[in-house]
Amino acid sequence: MVESVKESNSSNISNKNIKPIVEYKKVHKSFGDVEVLKGLDLNIFPGEKVALIGPSGSGKTTIIRMLMTLEQPTSGEIIVDGKNLWHMEKNGKLVPASEKHLREVRGDIGMVFQHFNLFPHMTILQNCMTAPVQVQKEDKESAKKRSIEMLEKVGLGDKLDNYPNQLSGGQKQRVAMARALVMRPKIMLFDEVTSALDPELVGEVLEVIRDIAKEGEMAMVLVTHEMDFALEVADRVIFLDDGVIAEEGKPSEVLEESNNERLQQFLYRFRS
Amino acid sequence: MTINWKWDMFFEAFPFILQGLGVTVGLTFACFLFALIFGFVWVFLRRIKFKPVNWLVTWIMEFIRSTPPLIQLFFIYYAWPMVPGIGVSLTSFESAIIGLGIHFSTYIGEVYRSGIEGVDKGQWEASTALNFSTRQKWTKIILPQAIPPTIPMLGNYLIIMFKEVPLASTIGVVGILSLAETYGTDNFRMLESYTIVALIFLALSYPSAILINKLEKKMNRRFDKKAALQDSKGAVV
Repeated sequence: MVESVKESNSSNISNKNIKPIVEYKKVHKSFGDVEVLKGLDLNIFPGEKVALIGPSGSGKTTIIRMLMTLEQPTSGEIIVDGKNLWHMEKNGKLVPASEKHLREVRGDIGMVFQHFNLFPHMTILQNCMTAPVQVQKEDKESAKKRSIEMLEKVGLGDKLDNYPNQLSGGQKQRVAMARALVMRPKIMLFDEVTSALDPELVGEVLEVIRDIAKEGEMAMVLVTHEMDFALEVADRVIFLDDGVIAEEGKPSEVLEESNNERLQQFLYRFRS
Repeated sequence: MTINWKWDMFFEAFPFILQGLGVTVGLTFACFLFALIFGFVWVFLRRIKFKPVNWLVTWIMEFIRSTPPLIQLFFIYYAWPMVPGIGVSLTSFESAIIGLGIHFSTYIGEVYRSGIEGVDKGQWEASTALNFSTRQKWTKIILPQAIPPTIPMLGNYLIIMFKEVPLASTIGVVGILSLAETYGTDNFRMLESYTIVALIFLALSYPSAILINKLEKKMNRRFDKKAALQDSKGAVV
């Protein structure tokens, strides 16, 4: 199954000559005795929008958490823009990556979390501009200007001096997206970003993601339960089941035409 | 038997004993400062993942906490100079700072640790995602959230330390207790002298405790208040 999937994977990408920006090579991940990923091979291309779907425990969140360096793979390699993420070369040998190496390689990756994780002791504006100033050593004025622009873009230009706990869940998540975007990542990871929101607030967050996706140049990996949204935004949908890619392809193929039984079962629960 | 209390002696003793207040309060703050700084050392030593180091540090902390501070003062002042090679002779004031400072630093380290563990795991993850360095994570994200909630607890330790500082009189630090002893024995007026010491401690500890209590309530309300303010303007649901 995995082998045939690999072929369809590359056929989905119009230009086979483009180098992937992220490559997972035979990645395994275990938590204690539980193996959540069983040899993942996956390429993500620059600008590509990938939706990861699957039942809980299928390993989809783990995939992006490993890329953000929040979890370490048990074995296998992850290559980001040609550079090995979890290993580095030292005296001609491959050794586990140091914090310095991780910082170098993950600089192009941004992430938005299910529970927002805004910094509660900072205003909305400070939340956005601290990292560009501290991490990327950007000039304070220019970071401020870009942060304000970004917050305006997500519709929160009037909340600059508010603190996170003064915002609704949807507003918090939009700040979190602005905060990640100000860092100008080449790859953005979305970890079930609407799951913690009240149903009536989901729309405003999806709206922002839709806008970001339209701009195009950034690769996006979305772990999501919003099937209609995946259908609309994603270039490719990957269905994970029991630690392996069970089905993948264009959204319409996967979500509407697939005969995979497990996938059908999974989708059934979302279509009332 | 009537109580032998002489107000004139009381008022004579009072200014004499009060002269020691500067030393007592000064030593309290010096010990507290030492403990505040050294508390961080424990926190970081305990975060070393190398098991033997971790065990050693935990054991040392447990040892310090399980030994009476009085014994530690005696050890540093009287015994430490006798240790060949590393023994150093310290003044009584220095010994008291180090002895009481180290003793209380183990408690203050625990206070810091509780503050740090109180910070949501997501805060670490978000700072990793934004690619902060380890140092920046601590100074910009974690500690600014971890320390404020511990301030009332630290304040309580300040008061506790203030009340333990008279121990230093046993190694010759001349604070209010030592002066009371001097006055008492010289004039056979123990009752007045020690009453004065007790009153001075009460006069300082009790208002401080009330102050810290208020501070704690204010801290607890801090984040909620910002939200409440906003609510009253009707800006946010």
